[in-house]
Amino acid sequence: MSSITPLIGPESGLISDSKPAALAALESLLSIRSFEEAVDALFARGLMHGTMHLSIGQEASATGVCAALTSTDYITSTHRGHGHCIAKGADITRMMAELLAKQTGYCRGRGGSMHIADAATGNLGANGIVAGGIPIAAGAALAQKMQGKKEVIVSFFGDGATNEGAFHEALNLSAIWDLPVVFVCEDNKYGMSNSTEKSMRVEKISERAAAYGIEGVTVDGNDVDAVFAATRTAVAKARTGGGPTLVEAETYRWKGHSKSDKNLYRSKEEIDEWKAKDPIERFQNLCLTKNIITQAEIDELTARVREVTRGAIKDAMAAPDSNPDELLSGVFKAVS
Amino acid sequence: MTSRIITYAEAIREAIGQAMESDPNVFMLGEDIGIYGGAFGVSGDLFHRFGPERIRDTPISELGIVGAAVGAALVGMKPIVEIQFSDFTAQAMDQIVNQAAKIHFMIGGQLSVPMVLRAPSGSGTGAAAQHSQSLEAWFAHIPGLKVVMPSNARDAKGLLLAAIADPNPVIVLEHKLLYKTSGEVPEEMYMTPIGVPDLVQEGTDLVIVATGVMVSRSIEAAHQLKEHGISASIIDVRTLSPLDMTLINQVVSATGRVLLVQEAPKHVGYMAEIAARIAEGPSWKQLKAPIKRLCGLEIPIPYAPQLEQAAVPQVADIVKHATQLVKEN
Repeated sequence: MSSITPLIGPESGLISDSKPAALAALESLLSIRSFEEAVDALFARGLMHGTMHLSIGQEASATGVCAALTSTDYITSTHRGHGHCIAKGADITRMMAELLAKQTGYCRGRGGSMHIADAATGNLGANGIVAGGIPIAAGAALAQKMQGKKEVIVSFFGDGATNEGAFHEALNLSAIWDLPVVFVCEDNKYGMSNSTEKSMRVEKISERAAAYGIEGVTVDGNDVDAVFAATRTAVAKARTGGGPTLVEAETYRWKGHSKSDKNLYRSKEEIDEWKAKDPIERFQNLCLTKNIITQAEIDELTARVREVTRGAIKDAMAAPDSNPDELLSGVFKAVS
Repeated sequence: MTSRIITYAEAIREAIGQAMESDPNVFMLGEDIGIYGGAFGVSGDLFHRFGPERIRDTPISELGIVGAAVGAALVGMKPIVEIQFSDFTAQAMDQIVNQAAKIHFMIGGQLSVPMVLRAPSGSGTGAAAQHSQSLEAWFAHIPGLKVVMPSNARDAKGLLLAAIADPNPVIVLEHKLLYKTSGEVPEEMYMTPIGVPDLVQEGTDLVIVATGVMVSRSIEAAHQLKEHGISASIIDVRTLSPLDMTLINQVVSATGRVLLVQEAPKHVGYMAEIAARIAEGPSWKQLKAPIKRLCGLEIPIPYAPQLEQAAVPQVADIVKHATQLVKEN
């Protein structure tokens, strides 16, 4: 078992105002980066198969959002979902095992990177279909409301998903039924190769909320504090019957869309410009400036996170391969 | 069990009402199912009995509705979705095919999707090409979906209650022409097992295997065939996926002739699967004649009554093909 220290979302003030909250957030940021750098390297060495979508450069949105949730709140995630999964508390070893096609993986090797779910931490699943998880989040929120529960659902999706009908249908249903759901758009500027400038007329994706009579806000998605604060407000509203909010977190993925991407649609200058806005470095500098965390603590945490990643790879590699014998029996849940 | 004669639509409504009374997590959502009572009157008075939360009217938003049902099902609810016409499932296909059908398998069995999707199917109402299709082969082709097609009031209730109790997504393809047909239906809750075809009647000269409204047309055809001295068995496939071939193989072996009847177009239709399984299975050696399919034409369903009737098998067509099969072989 190798999950991050549970994220802490202060009721008032920012994450960077509180040492335990800041340390937990930094652990999340570093863990996501470390996991994805490791799987990128494993793939490059031919030790990992299939494909994957890396969120390196986007770690602040997963971390800031999940800090605003309780352990029993739910998320739906995307094809670029490793960060959401780790921030919500998934076992990094089981994630690694899934990507390494092992029986001990979250999906027993049936799903891979794009389909990890973790029922224990309220992660209803990544999704290989753009916008596929958004109506599912609305439905999970409807269930909370009908069952008189207080849990909130966050639906993560990218800018590209907001051009899918599923996004619009889900926002409308959630709005008319005042559902406890927060829609988090991680606007990383590209749906694969197609830029937001080319694919929509609105300047900010959050403007789309107006079409459904709900509130939309845009935040700096590379600022953990800003993402957290906006999500905390939206979650509180959702939990108290105020209905959904659309939160747009503006960010950028450093790596290509997937493993086949040659980055022909964007310039090196643009990528470098965003690398200079590294959300992790930025959060570390902020915490150092505010004297919340020391450099020694950052170094210690960085080393520890790397050790966890190495341990996850080692343990996952030692696990049994996924088992073809149970394929046919895995399609349906047994009728009791 | 106490039975009485009620309609197919009433039997479905009774099943939903009983399931909702016995399990607070069962609810229904769909277009115009509330005060309107459903486009085909199936939900009827359920809105007045259970209220707007559990008989939930939705906007015209099939993808959103099915997606919401998938999400609700993942966290413990048991949604019954009414898609107003089965043709509109095309609007919701991502949630049916890529989400509902795959989630349990894809995430290693951690969660399941106990969702029921009811969809009025088939032709015969003059509603033309976009409101009259028989799409069962689409769904039966997708691993992870269960597909049932009740052909009478008793099974409409029993299969629906089995679908609601099932922890997996089940698609119930109801036939519009059957809603007003009546039959004996037990008052109590009971389940018609999913996966078991029904031997409607036994005969000696051939077996007619049919689905949906073609079952009642086959029964009518069998009466006429009897007058011509031909004795027909009839099997209602009833649950298309999963499919247990035991009964079909037995009856094919016993009669040696098989006529497969479906409303959907022949090309790559469901009966091609039945034909292939008979050919691959233990009964092929008993065949006295080639396996015969009688299906809808490969055309969109047309509007004009005479065109619409010509598009799908009628009683006279079944009689004709059954007679040929027996007389010529």
